Amino acid sequence: MAATTPADAKIVAQQFPTTPRANRARHILGYWRHPVAQALVKAFLTIFVTTTITFFLIRLMPGNPIDIKIDELTKDGLMTYQEARAQAASLFSIDLDRPVFEQYLSFVGNLAHGNIGYSFISQGTPVMSIVLAVLPWTLFSVGTGLLFSFSIGVFLGLFAAYNRNTKIDHILSLGGSIISAVPNYFIALLIVIVLGVELRWIPITQMRGATSPGMQPGFTPAFIGDVLFHAALPISVFFLATLGHWILGMKSATINALEEDYVNAARARGLSDGRIMTAYVGRNAVLPLVTQLAITAGLAIGGSILIEQYFVYQGVGLRLQAAVTQRDYPVMQGILLMVTLSVVIANLAADLLYSKLDPRIGRAGGATGA
Amino acid sequence: MTAAALPRAGDRTLPRPVESAIEFLRLLSKRPSGLIGFIGIVFFLSLAFIAPLFVPNQESGDITQLYETPSLQHLLGTDNAGRDVLNQIVQGGKEIISVALITAFLTTLVATVLGSISALVGGRFDAALVAIADILLTVPPLIVLIVISALARPTNFLALALVLSLLGWAGLMRQVRAQVLTLKERDYVEAARSLDLGLIHIVFREILPNMRSYIVIHFVLAMTGAIYAQVALIILGLVPFSGKNWALMLYFAQTQGAFYFNDAFWFVFSPILAIILLQLSLVLFVNALEDIFNPRLRSS
Repeated sequence: MAATTPADAKIVAQQFPTTPRANRARHILGYWRHPVAQALVKAFLTIFVTTTITFFLIRLMPGNPIDIKIDELTKDGLMTYQEARAQAASLFSIDLDRPVFEQYLSFVGNLAHGNIGYSFISQGTPVMSIVLAVLPWTLFSVGTGLLFSFSIGVFLGLFAAYNRNTKIDHILSLGGSIISAVPNYFIALLIVIVLGVELRWIPITQMRGATSPGMQPGFTPAFIGDVLFHAALPISVFFLATLGHWILGMKSATINALEEDYVNAARARGLSDGRIMTAYVGRNAVLPLVTQLAITAGLAIGGSILIEQYFVYQGVGLRLQAAVTQRDYPVMQGILLMVTLSVVIANLAADLLYSKLDPRIGRAGGATGA
Repeated sequence: MTAAALPRAGDRTLPRPVESAIEFLRLLSKRPSGLIGFIGIVFFLSLAFIAPLFVPNQESGDITQLYETPSLQHLLGTDNAGRDVLNQIVQGGKEIISVALITAFLTTLVATVLGSISALVGGRFDAALVAIADILLTVPPLIVLIVISALARPTNFLALALVLSLLGWAGLMRQVRAQVLTLKERDYVEAARSLDLGLIHIVFREILPNMRSYIVIHFVLAMTGAIYAQVALIILGLVPFSGKNWALMLYFAQTQGAFYFNDAFWFVFSPILAIILLQLSLVLFVNALEDIFNPRLRSS
C-alpha cells in the first residue's frame, strides 16, 4: 500500500530544500493556500464542471434532447434530416458537424458570451433573456427571506443557549426541529390550502404574480409596495423554512463557544455579560453559520420550483417548471447554469465575509488547516 | 454493522445485540421527543409495509361520491374519482419509504467507503474526491435533480433511488473523511497498518465499527433528504410512477385543480400530513440519537 502516512509527509517536508528560489515557490504556494484563492478556484471549478456535465448530458446521452428534437422535426416529413439537424443544433448553439471536443469548446465559448441557445418553445427567444427576466424575482425573495431568518434565527438561538434547559429553550428547540422537518414546498402548499382556500384569511389569487398587472416599474411607493405585497408569501416561506436551521445551529454553536477558555478569561476580567455575549460568544458562534448561508440559499432556490408554482410567482422556479413540462431543454439548461452561477457567487461572498469576520483567516501563510 | 464487528463482550446473560437494544430503548425513554419520533417511525413502517397486507387495495371508487368530506364511511373523505383517501394513505407509503431506504443505504455506503479510503490513501485521489464533493455541495441539489430526471426519466423506484443517490453522498463523505483522519492516528489503526492487513481490512474492521453511531445518524438524515427530493420530483410529474403513492396523490390533486376546492381539503391535506409526520418522526429521532451518542452536547 502506497499510503503517505503523516510521518512520510514530515520527512518530505524536511527534505524540502531551503534555497531562495524554493522559498519563493513556497511563498507562492502560501498565496495559493489562501482561503480567498481557494474559494475562487472552487467557484471556477464548480462552474466548469456544471457546464461540462450539462453539455455531455444534452449531447451524448442515449435519447438526448437533440436527437429527440431531430426526430420531432423530421417526423411529419416536411423537413429533411439535415435541416432538422441544423435547426436542433442552432437551438442549442452547438455545431453538430464538428468533432465533439470542438463542439464542447464552442459551447463554452458561446457560454462566455452569454449565448446559451434559444428556447424550443418560444422560437427565436434567447435563453439568456428568459432567465434574466425571472432570476431577479427569485433572488430577491430567497435573499430577503434568508436575511430575515438568519438574523432572527441567530438571535433566537443565542437566546435559547443562554437560557439552556428552561421552558423557552425547549419551546424554541422543539419548534425549530418541527419547522425544519417540514419540506419548504409544503409550507407554501399549506398556506395556499389552509390560509387561502379553507379559511380565506389571505387573498392568494390577488397576490399571484411578481407584480400586479399594469404596474409601472420605478422607484415609486406604489410599485415598491406592490412588489412587497406579491413577494410576501414566498419571502415568508423561505423565512419559515430556514428559521429552524439557524435556531438549532446557533444554539449548539453558542453552547460550544460558552465552554471555551476565552469566555472564562473574559468573565474573569470582569467584562459585562452583554459584551461577552456579543463580542466573544456570539461573534465566534455565528462564524460557522455564515459558511452555511450559501448552501441554504441553494436549497431554498431548489424548493422555489414548487413554492413559486403554488403562489404563481414569476421566478426561476415557475419558469423551470414550465420548461420541464414543455421539454424546453435549452431553457432548463440555462436556468441550471444561471442558478448555479448565482449560488457560486453567493458562496464566494460568504467565503469572503467569513475571512473578514475571522481574523485568523486573513493572515498570510494560511492559519487554517483546510 | 454486523454483531461480529462489535468488540467482544464478557460473560453476559443476554446476547449483546439484545442487551444494547434494551439499553438504547432505556436511554431513548428519557427523551420524550425522541421517543415520539421512534414511535412515529415504527408506526409509519407498519403502516407502509404491514397494513397493506390486511387492507385490500381499492382500485376504483364510487363516482357518485366525488370529493366527499370525512365521514364514518370514509374517515378522510374521497378523491376526484370517489376513491377512499384513507385507503390510498395506507397503500401509498410503501414506495416512498422504500426509495428513502434504498437511497439512504446507497449514499451512506458510497460516502463511508469513499470517505474512509480518501482519508487513508490521501494524496491526489483524496484531493480530487474532496473537490468533487465540494462541487456537489455547491450546486443547488433539487435543480440538478430536476434537470437530470427530466433527461434520464427514471421509470421505476430503483432508478429514482439511483438518481437521488448521485448527489446525496458528498456531505457525509466529507464528514466521514474528517473523522477517519482523526481515527487513523489511533494506535490500533497504526498496529493494523504495520501488520500490513490491507486497506479493506482497515476500513471495514478497524475504522468503520468505531463510526457506527455517526453512520446511523447520517443514514436517517439521508432518508429525510431522499423523501424531500423524491416527493418534489414526483409532484412535478418527472417520475412516471403508477400505483399508489402519497406524492402521486398530490400530483393528481394538482392536475385536477383540487388545491382550490374546499371539499377536497382532506384529499390534499392527508398525504401532506403523512409526509410531514414521517419527516418529523425521523428528525426527532435523529435529534435524540445525537443526544444519546454525544451526551456532552448536540453537535451541529
